[in-house]
Amino acid sequence: MSYQVRHEGQYTVVALDGEVDLHRSPEARKQILDQLKKKAHVLVDLSAVKYIDSSGVAVLVEGYQTAKTQQLEFGLVGVSPAAMQVLQLARLDKVFPIHDSVEDRVNARQE
Amino acid sequence: MADSERIAEIRCLSRPEQLQVVRQRLRGVLGDCGCAQELINLIVLAINEAVMNIMQHAYKGKPSGEIVLEIRRVDNELVFLLIDHADPVDVAGIKSRCLDDVRPGGLGVHIINTIMDKVTFLKCPEGTGNQLELRKKMPMPGVGENGTGG
Repeated sequence: MSYQVRHEGQYTVVALDGEVDLHRSPEARKQILDQLKKKAHVLVDLSAVKYIDSSGVAVLVEGYQTAKTQQLEFGLVGVSPAAMQVLQLARLDKVFPIHDSVEDRVNARQE
Repeated sequence: MADSERIAEIRCLSRPEQLQVVRQRLRGVLGDCGCAQELINLIVLAINEAVMNIMQHAYKGKPSGEIVLEIRRVDNELVFLLIDHADPVDVAGIKSRCLDDVRPGGLGVHIINTIMDKVTFLKCPEGTGNQLELRKKMPMPGVGENGTGG
C-alpha cells in the first residue's frame, strides 16, 4: 500500500498514516527518497500516524540528511502525539524542522 | 521468579508484518491489567523495538524464526520475557549509541532502555537461543501515572 503524495505550493507532501513500523517503513522510505530524487522540497505529514517505531524514525532521518546534501528542504508537519513521543524519546524533536501544517510552512516561506 | 502471576503469552514468527499483531495483542493484555493508556503506549513501543531487534539481528531477517513473549506480573511490576531460538547474540555489543550523532538506525536499544526499568539478557538453559527480560513497574493507584524509567 503506497502512501499518499500531494503537491502544495512549492512543496511535495508525503502523507504517512496508520502504523509506520518495520513492515511499512520501507514504503515510506521509497516514497520520500523518490521525491527527493526528483529535487522536490519535501514535507512529511505525520498527522495521521497512530504509531511509529525506530525504523520509521530512521526513514525520516535519512530523508532529512539526503535533503540536506542536496540543498533541498525537508520538514515534518502535523506531527501526531504518537509520533512526537517517539521523536522526543530519540531526541530528534529539536533536529527536524517541524510545522503545525503545510499551510503554515508555505505562508512562512512567502513572508 | 517468586510469586509471579503468568498473564499471557504471545507467539509470532519473525516476519515484520507480525509486529502489528503483537502490538495489538499486547495492548489488549496491558489494558486488561489496568495500565493507563500512556503506559501502554510506552510499553508497546519498547516491546516492539525488542521484537524488531530479534527479527533483524538475532534471526538476521529470516522470516521463519519463532518469537515468544511471556508476560508476568510480580506484585506491581510487569515482567516481559522475550525468547528466540536464534544463535546467541553478542550481548556486550548491544549498547545505546550517542544520540548527538544524528543518523538513521541504532535507536531501538536507547528507546528500550529509556522506557523500561530494567533490561537483562538471561542465560539460556540449553545454551542456544536468547532470552531478554524487561521489567516495568506499574504506578500504584493514586500516584502519577507515567512512563520513562531506566
